Amino acid sequence: MSLPGAPTLAHYLVLGAILFAISMAGIFLNRRNVIIMLMAIELMLLAVNMNFIAFSHYLGDMAGQVFVFFILTIAAAESAIGLAILVLLFRNAGSIDVEKFGRLKG
Amino acid sequence: MSFQTFTFYAFAAILVFAALRVITTRNPVHAALWLVLSFFTAAGIWLLLQAEFLAIALVLVYVGAVMVLFLFVVMMLDVNFDSLRQHFRSFLPVGTAVGMLVLLEMALVIVGSAVGRTVSAPAAPAGSNTQALGMLLYVDYVYPFEIAAVVLLVAIIAAIALTHRKRREMKHQDPSAQVRVRASERVRLVSMPSEKPPV
Repeated sequence: MSLPGAPTLAHYLVLGAILFAISMAGIFLNRRNVIIMLMAIELMLLAVNMNFIAFSHYLGDMAGQVFVFFILTIAAAESAIGLAILVLLFRNAGSIDVEKFGRLKG
Repeated sequence: MSFQTFTFYAFAAILVFAALRVITTRNPVHAALWLVLSFFTAAGIWLLLQAEFLAIALVLVYVGAVMVLFLFVVMMLDVNFDSLRQHFRSFLPVGTAVGMLVLLEMALVIVGSAVGRTVSAPAAPAGSNTQALGMLLYVDYVYPFEIAAVVLLVAIIAAIALTHRKRREMKHQDPSAQVRVRASERVRLVSMPSEKPPV
């Protein structure tokens, strides 16, 4: 089987792996910008969901889609609280630079 | 090349490009819009996998709610984003190396197990995807479903409690003080000597 053919399970897994690697690199590239880091985390969850749905489709088990449903729920809650913390940080520290958040380090 | 194959490669290419733009673009507003594009194309790929309900849920929840929240926060915060980009080039080697490493590890796992083994998708179950998911969600997974609802409630309360601030200059009623008031605090009777009416 050659990879550039009709999409199979491996195609979707490779796509999920590429997305995950891109978002992993994004967290390292934007080490000072919390907003882009949160967006990279969303992309990472999207890659995981892609794997879940691909397996759910190719194994004929709907439980994978239920998992994706719960991941979507938790991810929405996570980004809402994360952005609230971000607003609070900006209000108190005047910046969203991660390098300046070492105040607890002493 | 069938229509499904063409759609998969087109959506996958757009998705990877949009994801790359999310992490490399200069302006966070543009990053949020690229993320919207990547969510749309991911929803298209999920439609190819016959997960119709989740594809629509992704568009509604992520593009409709979460990304609007992101855009709202990005536009509300008055941040100098150029200063945050100063060390972007110095982080470039490390970021690329880590990304390639993660990709390599995953490629080893996938190529060793999944590539070359053709798993033919079983026939789609009768009835709609939404109906099947609903039957599973409200029968087998009803307790996790309710816990997810509680998690969402906690998130709502936490987000409001974290960002709510009392403003000194704002005037508002205090209902508990209004309820607790007594008649003696409302009216004060002052005894004073009566005066002669003016002639």
